[in-house]
Amino acid sequence: MQKTVNHRAWLLVLPVVLSVAFSAILPLMTVVNYSVQDILGPGQRVWVGNEWFIDTVRNPDLHAAFWRNLLFSFQVLLIQIPLGIAVALALPAKGWQASLSLVLIALPLLIPWNVVGTIWQIFGRADIGLGGYFVNNILGISYNYTLEPRDAWITVLVMDVWHWTPLVALLCYAGLRAIPDPFYQAARIDGAKLWSIFWYIQLPKLRGVLLIAVLLRFMDSFMIYTEPFVVTGGGPGTATTFLSIYLSNIAIGQFDLGNGSAFSLIYFLLIQILCFVFYTTILRVGRK
Amino acid sequence: MKLVLEAVTREVNGESHLYSMSMALEPGLNVLLGPTQAGKTSLMRVMAGLDRPTTGQVLVDGQDVTGRPIQQRNVAFVYQQFINYPSLTVFENIASPLRLQKKISNDEIQRRVRETAEMMRIGHLLDRLPAALSGGQQQRTAIARALVKQAPLLLLDEPLVNLDYKLREELRAELGQIFARRNAIVVYSTTEPLEALLMGGVTAVLDKGDLLQIGPTLAVYHQPAQRRVGEVFSDPPLNILPAVFEGGLALLSGDVRFPLPPHMAGLAGGTYWLGVRAHHVAMEAHLGREIEIPAWIELAELSGSETIVHADHRDGSGGEFHLIAQLSGIHNFSYEQQARLYLDPHRLFAFTASGALAASPPRAADQRKERA
Amino acid sequence: MAEVKLRGLAHSYHPQPGKPEDYAVRPLEMTWEDGGAYALLGPSGCGKTTLLNIISGLIQPTQGQVLFDGKDVTELPTERRNIAQVFQFPVIYDTMTVFDNLAFPLRNRGVRPSEVTRRVQEIAEQLDLTEDLRRRASGLSADIKQKISLGRGLVRSDVAAILFDEPLTVIDPQLKLVLRSKLKQIHRQFKLTLIYVTHDQTEALTFADQVVVMYEGSVVQVGTPQELFERPAHTFVGYFIGSPGMNLLPARLVDGRVCVGDQPLPVNAGALRLAAGDELSIGIRPEFVRYSTAAAPDALPVHVTRVEDLGNYQIVTAELVGTAQRVKAKLAEEAAASLGPGWLQFPAERLRIYRNGMAV
Repeated sequence: MQKTVNHRAWLLVLPVVLSVAFSAILPLMTVVNYSVQDILGPGQRVWVGNEWFIDTVRNPDLHAAFWRNLLFSFQVLLIQIPLGIAVALALPAKGWQASLSLVLIALPLLIPWNVVGTIWQIFGRADIGLGGYFVNNILGISYNYTLEPRDAWITVLVMDVWHWTPLVALLCYAGLRAIPDPFYQAARIDGAKLWSIFWYIQLPKLRGVLLIAVLLRFMDSFMIYTEPFVVTGGGPGTATTFLSIYLSNIAIGQFDLGNGSAFSLIYFLLIQILCFVFYTTILRVGRK
Repeated sequence: MKLVLEAVTREVNGESHLYSMSMALEPGLNVLLGPTQAGKTSLMRVMAGLDRPTTGQVLVDGQDVTGRPIQQRNVAFVYQQFINYPSLTVFENIASPLRLQKKISNDEIQRRVRETAEMMRIGHLLDRLPAALSGGQQQRTAIARALVKQAPLLLLDEPLVNLDYKLREELRAELGQIFARRNAIVVYSTTEPLEALLMGGVTAVLDKGDLLQIGPTLAVYHQPAQRRVGEVFSDPPLNILPAVFEGGLALLSGDVRFPLPPHMAGLAGGTYWLGVRAHHVAMEAHLGREIEIPAWIELAELSGSETIVHADHRDGSGGEFHLIAQLSGIHNFSYEQQARLYLDPHRLFAFTASGALAASPPRAADQRKERA
Repeated sequence: MAEVKLRGLAHSYHPQPGKPEDYAVRPLEMTWEDGGAYALLGPSGCGKTTLLNIISGLIQPTQGQVLFDGKDVTELPTERRNIAQVFQFPVIYDTMTVFDNLAFPLRNRGVRPSEVTRRVQEIAEQLDLTEDLRRRASGLSADIKQKISLGRGLVRSDVAAILFDEPLTVIDPQLKLVLRSKLKQIHRQFKLTLIYVTHDQTEALTFADQVVVMYEGSVVQVGTPQELFERPAHTFVGYFIGSPGMNLLPARLVDGRVCVGDQPLPVNAGALRLAAGDELSIGIRPEFVRYSTAAAPDALPVHVTRVEDLGNYQIVTAELVGTAQRVKAKLAEEAAASLGPGWLQFPAERLRIYRNGMAV
């Protein structure tokens, strides 16, 4: 739109531009700096070009971590989206019951991420954790997330479901409340059963929020770090070594800054591309 | 103050919202009349300085103000939506433009707000919040806020369109009188011909981004320069009948013909569009209503105190046209009933095939003057 | 198809209603005849939508009964009442085609597929939807969506009544006429009981054979459009119907004659008696007021304060001499009117007398 021009408006934007430059662009440039050089010490550096990148792309451990993370993200979506919808549908629509259940549902979202990890690390222990004890001694199923890769995977997955399904549920709840009453009334008049109401009214009207939920949950789970780091530390072996954990192992554990930087940039780019794909999909679907 | 637009155009993303428009507005009431998408809002935004014209100039008292932002002009704007500050009382809402001007004393603010509120008949609501008001009262508050500034340019963009018709009726009768007393250029946009007539003053007829005609309201109403002006300025819609003039006769369709009335006598033969307003179409024969048209009644709309009959004329040879008659009072018609409609040839407009006005009916008032 | 009867019906949103003001719908009796086209007309907040929702079963009335063909359905939920409803905003099933939308109520009721196809095609034909049947319903314009909503009611052979809740609100002005005409045609063809809620007089009067005017929770008049115009039973009807509305003037009874100010009016007050505290007023429509520039028998002297030329007609606003009462008169476009002294005649057969708002 062609508005009457007022250049003073730029002054108001300036602080934001500066702070973004300081907080995002400067650190990013540092990473770029490290990714194209081998820095051996203060004043000692060697230009290596794209070597770190080639090294990273060809790294089989990283491939494994990538597929592992992708599988995890898809499992997260597969469980959390339907579960979130189900929870939202089951929540009361109004009254004090609604407020109370919303507060209860939202509780996991309010817990700091490393605390979530600590809670589950203790909860899942076979010796002193309530959950671990229950599964081992009451259900009689052998379960130990520190030894069994499968158990570790399940623990991290269940923890993520516990932590993040409420977000999906809240989004869906808001979406459901936005459906005007006449839609339900018309469906009743048309003699629709509950399943038809869900399939033909609620689900289509939730499409917008569901796309946002999928986007958020995919991005978040693809970058997951804190919780598995606290619970399993990426183990046993590499069973729960997701991309972020692998990255920090390289960069901080082995202090391999060149590889770490190259990997960071590739990771960053990957997330950007996925974000863009999701974003354009949402826009396109919304336009139809 | 005098507001002049010189060849103003406006394009947004390659799409023309306003074609070249020139007009000069004097203090008094100026109505922008046109259907939706006519360019009324675009034009008002340019006048206000909210948008910059793509080409052309906006002059205030001869001084070029094109591109000067709205903050630096003394303008008041009222929108279709009832826009008030939700957290401020009615008093503070009305006072808000005065608080922005530094030099006005508190007493002066008190006096002006109360005076304006009384005028808009919301004096008893000054302590309420907008949410506690009806739609009509909210819009009265918004209009009061625009009036209190005493800006030399007051723009109102279809201010009554979102009100129930009874409220609309009351408010528009009052507004015309309030605006008439101000020494400001009031620009009022509407889609309704009746509103333009009630406001009086000058009317500019717009359609699809074009300025079709501008002039004193009644003059435009009675002498629409083009067929499209007549259509925009008629509610119910202007009846348009295809006609062929030949040897002093007008041929409407295979079975309707009549001698040309005096005001069309000078027109050359050929095809024309005859225009007649719905209230000049009668369902009873009467002296002077020489044109008789058999038709099928399609629907009768009842508007409370008027009946609007929609009818179709079809002749044996495939010629057909639609006629709308506006009758005073409530009458009952049943569907697909055969009826006869009557027209007075002295009431007909004639437009050329390309739509320009060829002849307009003499006005009864003018005839009276002649007789006297 | 059914006759709808409301017996002693009232509704309040208060948990313990006491005063009459607590009621959104005050106690009323009403019969909607089988096959009639009715409009429920009134300003916002008059209780018309509440009444509609009671008939459709979306609201349980506080007291009274709803009868369909003599059968008490007060306790029955919406889906068992055999009614259809068209809402203010079009309700369609976005993911379905137009055909599936229309077929939905039938399929839910287990109607045979061949019968579904036959019914849907028949109704689509009536509503001019045949060409859109294969299209997705979500991308269509508001008027087509409203026709689909209506169609979902019409396809059912068991529908007792179709209810409309301001169905033309979101329709373009030019298309309103087409839909109004369609509704009239549907009514003639299907002979259904139709109840249409609106605040718009044109819509109500055009649609209905009988208009029910509601005001502050009460029904103030049930009548044909002509009756509402010519013989308003309540001052509110006089005010609400017609543009401009009826002239209403406070009046007094002096020696058995009705007077405005000191002016006696040419109206037969008959045996009218007023109790203490009763308020008397007279009403006359602007269309029926006769204006002249010269004195005439029975004419009241006035002072004309405004003459508005509205193209089609003129509105003369005049003050009755000796009172502050304003009267509007609607004059033909050619009539000569001038500011200053003038005379108005109120034809006796057009004058209406109201006691406490109700016609005498």
